[in-house]
Amino acid sequence: MRTNNVLGLIFSNAYDSALQELTTLRTMGSVPFGGRYRLIDFMLSNMVNCGITKVGVATKSNYQSLMDHLGSGKPWDLSRKTGGIFILPPFSTKESAGVRNRIEVLRGCMDFLSHSREEYVVITDCNVVCNVDFRALFDAHAKSGADITIAYKTGVKPSLIDLMRLEMEDGRITDISVGAPTGETETYSLNIFFMRKALLERLINEAVSLHFDDFERDIIRRNLHTLKICGYEETGFVRTISGLQSYYDANMELLERENRRALFTPERPVYTKVRDDMPTIYGLDSKVSNSLIADGCTIEGTVENSILFRGVRVGRGAVVRDCILMQGSMISENAMAGCVVMDKNGVLKPGKTLCGDKTFPIYIGKSIII
Amino acid sequence: MSRNPECIAMLLAGGQGSRLGILTKHIAKPAVPYGGKYRIIDFPLSNCVNSGIYTVGVLTQYQPLELNDYIGNGQPWDLDRENGGVHILSPYQQIQGTEWYKNTANAIFQNINFIDRYNPKYVAILSGDHIYKMDYSKMLAYHKEKDAACTIAMLEVPWEEAPRFGLMLVDDDNAIVEFEEKPKHPRSNKASMGVYMFTWEKLRRYLLEDEANPASSNDFGHDLIPAMHAAGERMFAYPFDGYWKDVGTIDSLWEANLDLLDPKVDLDLTDTSWKIYSRNPSLPPHYVSADAAVQNSLIAGGCDIEGEVDFSVLFSDVVVEKGATVRDSIIMPGVTVRSGALVQYAIVAENAVIEAGAVVGKRPEDMQDRSDWGVAVVGENITIGEGAVVAPKAMIDADVAAQ
Repeated sequence: MRTNNVLGLIFSNAYDSALQELTTLRTMGSVPFGGRYRLIDFMLSNMVNCGITKVGVATKSNYQSLMDHLGSGKPWDLSRKTGGIFILPPFSTKESAGVRNRIEVLRGCMDFLSHSREEYVVITDCNVVCNVDFRALFDAHAKSGADITIAYKTGVKPSLIDLMRLEMEDGRITDISVGAPTGETETYSLNIFFMRKALLERLINEAVSLHFDDFERDIIRRNLHTLKICGYEETGFVRTISGLQSYYDANMELLERENRRALFTPERPVYTKVRDDMPTIYGLDSKVSNSLIADGCTIEGTVENSILFRGVRVGRGAVVRDCILMQGSMISENAMAGCVVMDKNGVLKPGKTLCGDKTFPIYIGKSIII
Repeated sequence: MSRNPECIAMLLAGGQGSRLGILTKHIAKPAVPYGGKYRIIDFPLSNCVNSGIYTVGVLTQYQPLELNDYIGNGQPWDLDRENGGVHILSPYQQIQGTEWYKNTANAIFQNINFIDRYNPKYVAILSGDHIYKMDYSKMLAYHKEKDAACTIAMLEVPWEEAPRFGLMLVDDDNAIVEFEEKPKHPRSNKASMGVYMFTWEKLRRYLLEDEANPASSNDFGHDLIPAMHAAGERMFAYPFDGYWKDVGTIDSLWEANLDLLDPKVDLDLTDTSWKIYSRNPSLPPHYVSADAAVQNSLIAGGCDIEGEVDFSVLFSDVVVEKGATVRDSIIMPGVTVRSGALVQYAIVAENAVIEAGAVVGKRPEDMQDRSDWGVAVVGENITIGEGAVVAPKAMIDADVAAQ
């Protein structure tokens, strides 16, 4: 399959409400992750690395930070004469005053879809962190003769109520259900869908004319017997962000070497916007252990089991443990932070102490000074 | 070329930098890595962009592959532009035959057509091998204010170092009275930084004259500028008092890198209002393990540190294994230092491997004869075998077998 014959479509707002703390001011796609990335970087890079050259990014709300991040698409090689990146703003008509659900978002993408010449389309969300070779998925799709292929993972289902649980027979999905996770090993959707573009257009038109509003129930479940919908198992490092705790845990898992190797493989780099920071400066009394540290930081204190984004400052005598400190935040002299997720440009003033727990990290909002 | 820029820059980047030895075996000096993520040429290029000069000709000649590749379309410096932008200018064939760039002035002479296409009022002539941050727009304003034909950036250097430089004697108004090229007994400590601002109309005329003079060696400092001065043109020195370093030798390259760790040194690369841009590899943040001890160092993206790092500059993707020690050293991209190895007072070039237990370099205080001491250099893609020893001041450009 020629991969430049595949169109990419990313939902930037999917499951925003699950990570309310971080998505008040931004989309799920622009949530910072892993020291220097935004969540959308992973799916965008997956697409680009498999040869896709045209990607639509569907938006619903709060997409200013996403537009800042994506810019012209240059870091992903998506600033192109043919194809490239397309930000698809929400689309509302007289009948639908706002954009509420996935079907309405897709409807807003109809022009983009119909004006694209690609034969296939791959649709993803942003809250799934992985580095996968989509070509293997496309090949499996071709081989099984499926109409739709959905990537899935086996494990404990993330706590997203409407995330699909799949039942399968010989690779074909026979039933789906939603609801809270059971805590047992289940087979759950990664919301990576692959199909012919024409089929997607038909399904959207049908859903719109019948006033359907639930993608999972009215499009997938309803067609389980009329279409061949197959599953494709993803076995690598895949994490679905389903809330602040899982966001925290998934970040912390990057402190394990094998997870980093799986997510940041040299064959398929993860691209992101460049900030032109200088390398990180370690001061005379810095003590850093088991931490992931991005460029542009200045560390003069102690940092343990933490993830520091670009341009973070840790003052003399300060102690940072089990924290995620986002871009430009600062832990001042002799301050102490434990199990804190600090959003961009937050400041912990000298001598202050702030402690959460690994099972209940404290979130400090953007630009808040304590 | 719809708009004529007021000022364009010509960046001399053809130099071999022969005193850097094996570090410039395959790359030109301006492409030599510096400061954990930069190459030397990032400094003049970023200075241009930050100063509002968006048309830059880069003159290459010696081993241009890496440099051309690095500059590419100029996008990292915002120099991929519809009007102007960065242009690589290599020597080319003409009807009269093919000529290499004989010297600095000749290189510009051969590109008069390029400059004429933009028809600027002023041309900045810059060197691609210096580390400094400078606002050329202020220098241009000064040049205009003085109604000069040529303005030369000037730095006061310590008197004992003055004999290494081209020096200028100036009057109270900073008008240049006399030049002294690397004198044994200097009468001035005001050194030329190799940064020139010319009024193009004047420079053009002197370039033609210089080329027509068979006795000339076609060098800016040696021929063209003295000729302008002799002809009585208005020439001024522009005082500069920031950090400036010509990283011409192994020792100065080593020093200049470690200067970044000295808070007293006036070269702040964290300043967001004067960013130094570079081409960035797509690498994750660096990782420092629980076994590591990192102090007083500069560490770039993608590194994996499990050993001890002190007073060093580590470029991207460097691996320092558990039990390995790196101190007082410059480690370029992709190097691996295996467990138990010791690297001290050294420069290790790209993708070299220091195997377990090997020792590279020596501390000056451990030397019996201090005069034998120097920074050890390991060339790119070289493997220093297990337990092997690399002496101080050595330059290793072939694999060293295990001991």
